[in-house]
Amino acid sequence: MIRTACLAWLLAAAPAWAQVAVDVTYLRQEVEVPPTLSNLDPIPEDLGLAGAALGTADNATTGRFLGQEHALHVTSVPPGGGLLAAAREALAATPLLVLDAPADDLLAVADLPEAEGALILNAAAEEPRLRGADCRANVLHAVPSLAMRTDALAQVLQAKRWNDLVLVAGTRPADIAYADALRASLEKFGLGLRGEKEWAFDADMRRNAAAEVPVFTQDLPSHDVLLVADEAQDFGRYVLYNGWEPRPVAGSEGLTAVAWSPVVEQWGAAQLQSRFEEAAGRPMAPRDYAAWAAMRAVGEAVTRTGTAGPAELRAFLLSDEFELAGFKGRPLSFRPWNGQLRQPIPVVHPRALVASAPLEGFLHERTELDTLGLDAPESACTAFEAAP
Amino acid sequence: MTRLLAALALLTAPAAAEIGPEGEIWVSNEKDDTLSVIDVATLEVVRTIPTGERPRGITFSHDHSVLYICASDSDTVQVMDPETGKILHELPSGEDPEQFVLHPDDRHLYIANEDDAITTVVDTVTREVVAQIDVGIEPEGMAVSPDGSIAITTSETTNMAHWIDTETQELFANTLVDARPRHAEFLKDGTELWVSAEIGGTISVFDVETQAEITKIDFEVQGVHPDRVQPVGFELTADESAAFVALGPSNHVAVVNAETYEVEDYLLVGRRVWHMAFDGDRSHLFTTNGVSGDVTVIDVEAREPVRTIEVGRFPWGAAFRPPAS
Repeated sequence: MIRTACLAWLLAAAPAWAQVAVDVTYLRQEVEVPPTLSNLDPIPEDLGLAGAALGTADNATTGRFLGQEHALHVTSVPPGGGLLAAAREALAATPLLVLDAPADDLLAVADLPEAEGALILNAAAEEPRLRGADCRANVLHAVPSLAMRTDALAQVLQAKRWNDLVLVAGTRPADIAYADALRASLEKFGLGLRGEKEWAFDADMRRNAAAEVPVFTQDLPSHDVLLVADEAQDFGRYVLYNGWEPRPVAGSEGLTAVAWSPVVEQWGAAQLQSRFEEAAGRPMAPRDYAAWAAMRAVGEAVTRTGTAGPAELRAFLLSDEFELAGFKGRPLSFRPWNGQLRQPIPVVHPRALVASAPLEGFLHERTELDTLGLDAPESACTAFEAAP
Repeated sequence: MTRLLAALALLTAPAAAEIGPEGEIWVSNEKDDTLSVIDVATLEVVRTIPTGERPRGITFSHDHSVLYICASDSDTVQVMDPETGKILHELPSGEDPEQFVLHPDDRHLYIANEDDAITTVVDTVTREVVAQIDVGIEPEGMAVSPDGSIAITTSETTNMAHWIDTETQELFANTLVDARPRHAEFLKDGTELWVSAEIGGTISVFDVETQAEITKIDFEVQGVHPDRVQPVGFELTADESAAFVALGPSNHVAVVNAETYEVEDYLLVGRRVWHMAFDGDRSHLFTTNGVSGDVTVIDVEAREPVRTIEVGRFPWGAAFRPPAS
């Protein structure tokens, strides 16, 4: 009885699903990492890539039951040029690209004639402008925008009524971008800065943080929380427990809002963490999560549509039907007005989850997830037709 | 004679507790590494018993002489004497056993190995692994048809129900369901299979004969965003007229008409409700509420929560142990 049923199932299902080959290229522009005061946390060579590899393995396991094959091709371009040539070559082989590159490089790749009709998933660039005026129809964003991260942090500050805030910001472009996003988020949630200072030291804080930081922070106005904009993790770690006032630190250091963290264990996340650790031999970083989510989004779309065509996949990913189980407690989906993957943002310290944004009480007519990042009315993106 | 045996048991095993007239509900506490035993008559916790690490799925043998416990982080299935609370022995389970189901033959356990994408079949008599079956990523929900011919594993990340022929221990079908399937049950003499999808927010109903989807049940809790309405465990009333469905972080249990597939009621319970067990006459339902660390008792006839019982941290699974006959 079972065997007959089995045969019937195969016959009925086979034509719809059989022999879909899914090829994705992970294209990485390697970047020079600025020197930092501490050497404690080297950046893994396979940052991001390891997440994409795990996502591909997850997709392949599902594909095995559906006659679908999933393959990941990796191209890593050293600093100093050659990205566009590599992108052309990759696009000639497959229209599905996961891109790990700075914002301007991403735009250059997306604007290649060869990229027209391709499906590019951004797994690294956090700039809000890529979700606004600089959005591209062929680019979806698996990585949360800076605005989503700073909105998440602002929600926590607001919920805790930590209203008196000061900021110490680094001078590198990433620090400035983060500080800008943070200021916008504070304004959005009715908070503001009582004072700001620029961190322009070049002394080695490992030796003298205890002496320098108290003096440096002494003239800041009285505050509940000291915010730090230090995206390269250069000086921020030395600000903790060294401020003139005994106050918690948040932002790039201390209490951080991130796409992912090894301390996330709820919602089945422990399983993803252990799967990743086993495969990569290290904990899962936010960039790994973004690349994993990019691959899984593609895989889920292939599973549900039975095709690997970029136009069909894009249409499905942007539709109401798409939902990704991303181990964050609620389904992830794409914003149809700018292609950003909606997702909860863990707000963490190095040892535990403090909150998962959106926090209760931050309401939205569509979904509370849209209280994070650029909402439809604020987005200057016009490349996406769909009105929400 | 019975009395003599009972007295003897008491003498040799001082930890043994007399079981109440209406039996007990056993609850696994995932983050306490314990079981809480609730007396159904008094609705009080009468025993707390240590287990291996991270106990999740629990089930009794048909004669209730032993309890099987998925000790996930100990990578084993423990076999406990419920009289004494002592671990008799352990079964080879494969890594990270999360859930299992006992075959109607009362002998074979079908175990979901969450970290390994495998379903392990263990013979509880010889204590040997009979088969390991490759399934999707993060297998969890387990069910066996009443005639024992089909076993089901649902895989949370692959989003499928995998249909296993228990004769050959091989897959004969794989059916897609919504995101993150958590629990499966056969209904109506094994003609229907229900599979809950936590992130998808649905229960898929399959015709077992053809493995074709009959319908999908949706849930809608007033005042709760659909994203947080996450069906996980479910159980059926004695006459199979209604299913009680745990809806996770919505903190509600839905009552579904099993004939019409309509949701008839939503009952407020504790926080993050996942699994449940009925008492002996199925007049009361006990739900495990992970985040609030308690069990809600529901009056099945009245469809009303009537009591909250504090248990350990993150209660997960539940199973009924009848009174001694």
